[in-house]
Order: sequence, then structure tokens, then C-alpha cells
Amino acid sequence: MVKRILDLRLAEKREWPQTVLLKLRSDVEPLPEAAPGQFLQVRVDQSPATYLRRPVSIHFIDRERRELWLLVRKVGAGTRAMAEWPVQTRVNVIFPLGRPYTLPQSSTRERCLLVGGGIGTAPLLYLGRVLRQQGHQPVFLLGGRSAEDLIQLNEFEQYGELCLCTEDGSAGTKGLVTDHPVLQGPSPDRIYCCGPKPMMVAVARYARQKGIWCEVSLENTMACGIGACLCCVEDTVEGHRCVCQEGPVFNINQLKWQI
Amino acid sequence: MSLKNPVLTASGTFGYGREYTDFIDLSDLGGIIVKGTTLHPREGNAYPRMAETPSGMLNAVGLQNKGVDYFVAHIYPEVSQYDTQVLVNVSGSTVDDYVACAEKIQALDRIPAIELNVSCPNVKQGGMAFGVSCEGIASVVGAVRKVYHKHLMVKLSPNVTSIADIALAAEDAGADSVSLINTLLGMSIDAEKRRPRLSTVTGGLSGACVKPVALRMVWQVAKAVNIPVVGLGGISSATDAIEFLLAGASAVQIGTANFIDPAVSVKVVRGIEDYCERHHIGAVSSLTGALEI
Ligand SMILES: Cc1cc2nc3c(=O)[nH]c(=O)nc-3n(C[C@H](O)[C@H](O)[C@H](O)COP(=O)(O)OP(=O)(O)OC[C@H]3O[C@@H](n4cnc5c(N)ncnc54)[C@H](O)[C@@H]3O)c2cc1C
Ligand SMILES: Cc1cc2nc3c(=O)[nH]c(=O)nc-3n(C[C@H](O)[C@H](O)[C@H](O)COP(=O)(O)O)c2cc1C
Ligand code: FES
Repeated sequence: MVKRILDLRLAEKREWPQTVLLKLRSDVEPLPEAAPGQFLQVRVDQSPATYLRRPVSIHFIDRERRELWLLVRKVGAGTRAMAEWPVQTRVNVIFPLGRPYTLPQSSTRERCLLVGGGIGTAPLLYLGRVLRQQGHQPVFLLGGRSAEDLIQLNEFEQYGELCLCTEDGSAGTKGLVTDHPVLQGPSPDRIYCCGPKPMMVAVARYARQKGIWCEVSLENTMACGIGACLCCVEDTVEGHRCVCQEGPVFNINQLKWQI
Repeated sequence: MSLKNPVLTASGTFGYGREYTDFIDLSDLGGIIVKGTTLHPREGNAYPRMAETPSGMLNAVGLQNKGVDYFVAHIYPEVSQYDTQVLVNVSGSTVDDYVACAEKIQALDRIPAIELNVSCPNVKQGGMAFGVSCEGIASVVGAVRKVYHKHLMVKLSPNVTSIADIALAAEDAGADSVSLINTLLGMSIDAEKRRPRLSTVTGGLSGACVKPVALRMVWQVAKAVNIPVVGLGGISSATDAIEFLLAGASAVQIGTANFIDPAVSVKVVRGIEDYCERHHIGAVSSLTGALEI
């Protein structure tokens, strides 16, 4: 997939206390082909505190409206500046980047468990949509600290069953994703996971014990995002691998995590 | 060695060129300098290797590369097809390593020059030990000069008291040109966690924030030596590049700015052309050292 530097327009936004949904539109040309799990490098404003671009996952692509959705959690200067962009802001992005999630064969009708924690739910929406389109059965297991973290649920709902949990019990079952009863039921054919590292390690451990195929999406800090600087490496069974180019999606068998 | 135009891309920031072919036509560049290459493969330092700092970044990559033999067998066939000059940045821990690596590169027809990296701050023996003393630099440059007969560019460390003295020592030992600056040794701390942000604690600072320091050093070195000077450090635009030429550089390199705009190098080429047109300058080389004080 050819990488492009594009100027998009912020067509619409929606805010929650800690998160913002940005709908970016391409006015002049169709969006390039991209797959679930890939990401963008977003140029913020080049103030001293946001010198480098910020990597953000594809939350959703609406090809007909030429829209690319980002779900961004406000954690620092860059993401806060993005949340403050007024509608119509021109947003410069490099896109699409990284290796996407591996999709099952389209004829196999697989049951796929998509596990997301916190802002790690972002890439799972587009993944769920593509899986559903290809005839598979996505089940979303989404976790957060409290109900506030569980957003875009009406969007997720369109593509699969929702299983929710929060640490404080304010929505769904109380506890961590790995405590959710859906994991006690019949094993899924595949697990796709994105979220904070301790959560991904716990999910990887579950998958390993049950012998379930599992891919996780890493969020190592990046400089270039295009495989040029080697700043983002993860230590894998094949040595240091670039998360931006050979990831961000890795099969758990490639990683050297203690699972 | 002749270049189409005075703009090269800096080692370690441009991969092997192929990472940028979606964004630019490499033949528009004066040249590219590929990643630091060592005699033996190196895995580099542990993650985290990068920390953003005000208008810049620290890196501690630590010369991760697959070694010179891999370069010769698998990367050279591809980069030798590029319609631009391709230089190899040669790094090492011992004089013998530098010499052996340079000899292997010398055998490659389409590589007109090496850039000897005696200034990497990110590995215990990354050459910076050589680059911070006149004796050290003379020993490596002298030894490589004996076996390497093409253009020998020596990349200088800014982590020294008098960079002009170091540059003179490189010139005396046989360097054909010098490039500067490599990264400035720096550090970043996460106060909340009370921990350093890099696995190696310290790392190399680059990007817009280092430009004034780099410009000053280029000016000092250009006054001291008689060989060409290649300027780099924080160049993000044609105007930045022209400042380096005026300070005495014959060519420039673009580093960290490639991460922010992967097409910036070609924009710098075009911007220098525009500047020359606007100022009725026939040959870009007449800008070198044209600073009026
Ligand atoms: C491939 C990839 C996809 C991503 N997708 C999304 C997404 O869809 N939505 C989203 O909100 N975020 C996503 N992130 C994380 C996002 O890039 C960071 O939150 C962002 O760069 C922080 O920038 P900042 O200027 O706001 O914060 P900074 O001031 O840079 O940092 C603020 C705090 O956030 C932490 N932080 C910084 N970068 C990261 C990171 N990469 N991962 C985890 N913590 C970090 C810092 O340690 C610090 O504590 C993704 C990261 C990667 C690598
Ligand atoms: C991620 C990264 C990797 C680098 N790797 C090398 C290297 O292998 N060899 C080398 O001589 N310099 C290396 N450098 C230094 C750059 O080539 C350049 O000297 C420095 O970054 C200053 O220029 P800039 O501010 O334009 O980036 C590296 C710099 C960065 C940011
Ligand atoms: S961020 Fe530069 S190689 Fe991955």
C-alpha cells in the first residue's frame, strides 16, 4: 500500500470528557486503500511541545463520504491540541502506515473476539466492520476504568455483540476484561486485542493457555512512523522489529512477553 | 565527488532511501547517506530509544544494523540503482573495525564516498571516544585513509571543547571533507516516574533545537580547514540550509526534519533554487562562506 502525505479537513467532531472523535474528510480525492489496524502520523501544530507527528489508529473509514475517523484520548500536549481543533481545520497526515490485522479466510465464518481496553478500543471498530462484511462474527469485549471510557457503543453495536466491563462497575460487569464471563464460554476462533500493555499481556496469556490464535496491537513511541529511524522497536523472537513498519500488529508468538 | 545539488539526507534518518520513495523521487536529491553500518551486525539499544524534547528529540538507537556483509549482499544491489549519490556511514568500536568495514565498501563501484562516523554518542564504543580528541580522530582517520582511496568524509561530534581543532586533526590525517554536527549528548527525565526516558539514560539530541549550535560550529570549522564542510543539525527548510551555506558549508544534510515531513529534502532543493534565482546567483557554490560580517 502506497503511503501518502495528505491534507484532510476536519469535517465533524464530537467530544467526551477525556476523548474526542475527529472525522477527517478528503475533499479532493478518494482516500487511499487502508486496512484495519493501520495507523496515521498526524501533524499537530509544530509548537515546541509537539515537534514530532503523533501516531493515531484508524478508528473507521467511510469510503463513500471519504471520511477517516480518529478516536483520540487527551493525554498530553499533542492530543489536547488535536481536541481543540475547530471544525474545518486542515489536518496533515501520513497514511496508511503499518501492517494491518490478519483477517481470516473469507469463507470460514469465524467467531472473532475483539478485546479493547481504554483508547485501545479505537482500531477495533473498523476491524469489526470489515470482519462482519466478510461474513465473520465479531464479538466486542470492551473494558475501561469507568462508564466514561466506554464510548461509540452504538457504532460498535452495528457490527457485533457487545460485552462490556469497567473496573468500578459503573457499566457492564465489574472487573477487568479477563474477568468477563464471555471468556468462560466457548472459545473464539481468533482474538484481536488492543489496549494498555498489562491488559494485552493478560489477554495474550489467556489465548496462549487456551491455544487460541491471537494478535495484539502495540503503541511503542515513534518518531518517523515509516521505518526509517528505528526508534520504535519491539524485542521479538526475530530480534528488534520496527513497530511502525513490521507492526503495530504482532502475533503473540512473535513477542518476548512473559506470558 | 560531485553532487547534482548540495542537499543530502543524514545517516540514520533516511533508512536506505527506500522508506521515502512513496513521497519523493530520490533522483531529485544531491545524495543520500545510508544508516550507520558496522563490521558486525548490531541489535542496537533496548526500547525506549526516543524521547521528544522541545523542538527536537533524543535518540538512543545505538547503530542497529545488519552489518556490512549484509549491506553488500542485500542492500547495495538496490541502492546502486538509485540515480543519486549514495554514501555509506561507517561506524565502529575499534580502529580495525573501521578499516575492515571501509575496505569492504571500497569494493563497491557505485559508492563514491564513505562518511566516517567517529561521533555516535549512543554506544559505549560508538566512535565518540575517537571523535572527542585530536589523537583519537587522527588514529582512525589515518588508518582508514591508508586503505580507502575514494572520498573520505569524516563526521564530527559536537560534544567537544574546540571543534575546529578536531576538524584540523581530521584534515591533517587525510580527510577529504568533514560533516557536522552529529547529535549533542543530552538527557530527559520523567519526573512523575522519577526515571530517565531513554533505556540508556543519555542520548543524542537532534532537530530544530540544535540548529544554532550546529551553525556556529560549521562557521568555526569552515574558517579553520581547507577541505569542504558539509553542514547539518536542525535544518528544516531551504532558508535553514542557505544559512549553513553562508556560514561556510559546501553542502548540507537533512536529518530529523525528514520524520516530520518526508518530502522536506526535495522542498529544500527547490527552495535553494528559488533563492538563487531571486538573488541572481549563478552557481550555488558561490553562496559557500558568503556571509558578510
Ligand atoms: C500505532 C499507534 C496507534 C495509536 N492509536 C491511538 C489512537 O487511536 N488514539 C489515541 O488516543 N492514541 C493512540 N496512540 C497513542 C498516541 O500516539 C499518544 O497518546 C500520543 O502520541 C500522545 O501525544 P501527546 O502529545 O498528547 O502526549 P505526550 O505529551 O507526548 O505524552 C503524554 C503522556 O502520554 C504518554 N504517551 C505518549 N506517547 C504514548 C504512546 N505511544 N503510547 C502510550 N502512551 C503514550 C506519555 O508517556 C506521557 O505520559 C497510538 C500510538 C501508536 C504508536
Ligand atoms: C534516529 C537517529 C539515528 C541516527 N543515526 C545515525 C547514524 O547511524 N550515524 C550517524 O553518523 N549519525 C546518525 N544520526 C545523526 C544524524 O545523522 C544527524 O547528524 C543529527 O541528527 C543532526 O541533524 P538533524 O538535527 O538534522 O537531525 C542519527 C540521528 C537520529 C535522529
Ligand atoms: S518510528 Fe521510525 S522506525 Fe518506527
